[in-house]
Amino acid sequence: MKDLSLNELHQGLKNKDFSSVELTQYYLNQIKDLNTDINAFITVDEEKSIQQAQQADQLISQNHISDLTGIPIAQKDIFCASSWKTTCGSKMLDNFYAPYDSKVVDLFNKSGAINLGKTNMDEFAMGSSNETSYYGAVKNPWNLDFVPGGSSGGSAAAVASGMSPAATATDTGGSIRQPASLCNLTGLKPTYGLVSRFGMIAFASSLDQAGPIAKTAEDCALMLNVMADFDERDSTSVKRDKENYTQSLNASIQGKIIGIPKEFFNDELNDDVKIILEKVMQAYQSLGVNFKEISLPNSQLSIPVYYVIAPAEASSNLSRYDGVKFGYRASNYKDLEEMYLKTREEGFGDEVKRRILVGTYVLSAGYYDAYYLKAQKIRRLIADDFTKAFTECDLILAPSSPSTAFKIGDKTEDPVAMYMQDMYTISTNLAGLPAISAPAGFINNMPIGFQLIGNYFEEAKILNFTHLYQSISDWHKYSPGEVL
Amino acid sequence: MALTDKDIKKLSHLAKINISSDDELIVLKKLDGIMKLIDTMQKIDTTDVQPMSHALDIYQTLRDDVVTESNQKEKFLQLGPESNEDYFIVPRVVE
Repeated sequence: MKDLSLNELHQGLKNKDFSSVELTQYYLNQIKDLNTDINAFITVDEEKSIQQAQQADQLISQNHISDLTGIPIAQKDIFCASSWKTTCGSKMLDNFYAPYDSKVVDLFNKSGAINLGKTNMDEFAMGSSNETSYYGAVKNPWNLDFVPGGSSGGSAAAVASGMSPAATATDTGGSIRQPASLCNLTGLKPTYGLVSRFGMIAFASSLDQAGPIAKTAEDCALMLNVMADFDERDSTSVKRDKENYTQSLNASIQGKIIGIPKEFFNDELNDDVKIILEKVMQAYQSLGVNFKEISLPNSQLSIPVYYVIAPAEASSNLSRYDGVKFGYRASNYKDLEEMYLKTREEGFGDEVKRRILVGTYVLSAGYYDAYYLKAQKIRRLIADDFTKAFTECDLILAPSSPSTAFKIGDKTEDPVAMYMQDMYTISTNLAGLPAISAPAGFINNMPIGFQLIGNYFEEAKILNFTHLYQSISDWHKYSPGEVL
Repeated sequence: MALTDKDIKKLSHLAKINISSDDELIVLKKLDGIMKLIDTMQKIDTTDVQPMSHALDIYQTLRDDVVTESNQKEKFLQLGPESNEDYFIVPRVVE
């Protein structure tokens, strides 16, 4: 069952080759065998998952089966799931049992999918290595000494190691695409506003977007079919007709144009990554695609701009963790002020505290114009670059990550070096655009992906291009242990 | 502009995060590194550029103000570190 696609699992359930209970039990056993080493899950609740599987089997026996009915899906621990412990990777929420379902979890429940458990993540999704989690670092299944990327490192490691067929994830600056790249998976960050943020614990509200991490573009399309839906409880949810993302997976891309941004393909690009991307281009050429050099002149400023906007929004969003209505409260304090100070000192990890402090600084009296407003203006320039580029091409090719996975502990002492992990992914979050990372090959036995960026709401086109690449390449078929 | 230990004390107060005196210097050093990274954006001329506060230039969706969930007071009070009947309990603030 390990290497079956979501569609093959669906066929198996439909043909009664196996039941949802058997399938779910198989993955729960995989978790029992592997999670001690990999640490991809924070919470597993066998009873709840099996109960859901029994209900799915009943639906299937009555022929009420849709694409994901009966299929176990791991949920990133940023999504509230009713009566499930929902921690966001933080000590602050170690005792928090969500009182309601997030829209994403609700949609999966309604589709008949099984909640397989809650995956590990960087604390409050702040990190690129999954080392900031209160629940310990996640290990990369390709080599346990290396990071799986972050912040959706648990989701990526769970799928890469065969503990889950697919998983949900979120992407504020690259948190779906960078772990997908580092774990040989396909991960899609949709257009801002396509997937509801209701019940998804907020980090930077103008950037956060949920999406799938899976083995292939086809699996991502099936996941997105469930996840993308208008939600009036998220005021930034975009009202539009529901699309079927599997419909155009095989459409011809003959004569289409992929833009090559000269600012990404410069001397700073790692030589090995460059060779890998050139091979991706050759593959697309064989599919009839043409290339055009484009320019994203302001993309170099994405990182400084992001590290103003994201911490500013985070400092506001995370002010709710004060030890009053839910979550952690310090045990020793003499008054209310000290209760706040100690609760937040003890409940948050170092990286989260750093970002709250940076956000507080850039929003504080006298600095607003110089930092926050300035960053918002450059954000406009970055978004305008993309708008202009898309008049010349269909999609844009970019690296997903600057390198393959690095060793656990290598970058923990240098936050700025860690931030550079997202140098190729952040600009699309600032612009609100959709982008995918898909397997492109291996460097020294460690996987790396390529990125395709699309115009607003062009997820179908991105998935089509990626699916066709995967129909003529094998990289996505490799599992840990098979390449060495 | 380099940050000072006075800035760190002020930020600690504003963000309501206690920073022990042992950690102050480390926090200062790391924050200073981040601010240096951020300051690289200052070289860009942004005269006449409209700030972009939201990824999509759309109006916020509004919905009717109707009750959709029944009273869930007990469920939510249970989540609090300390509660009593109808209230969350905090240290005394009025003498």
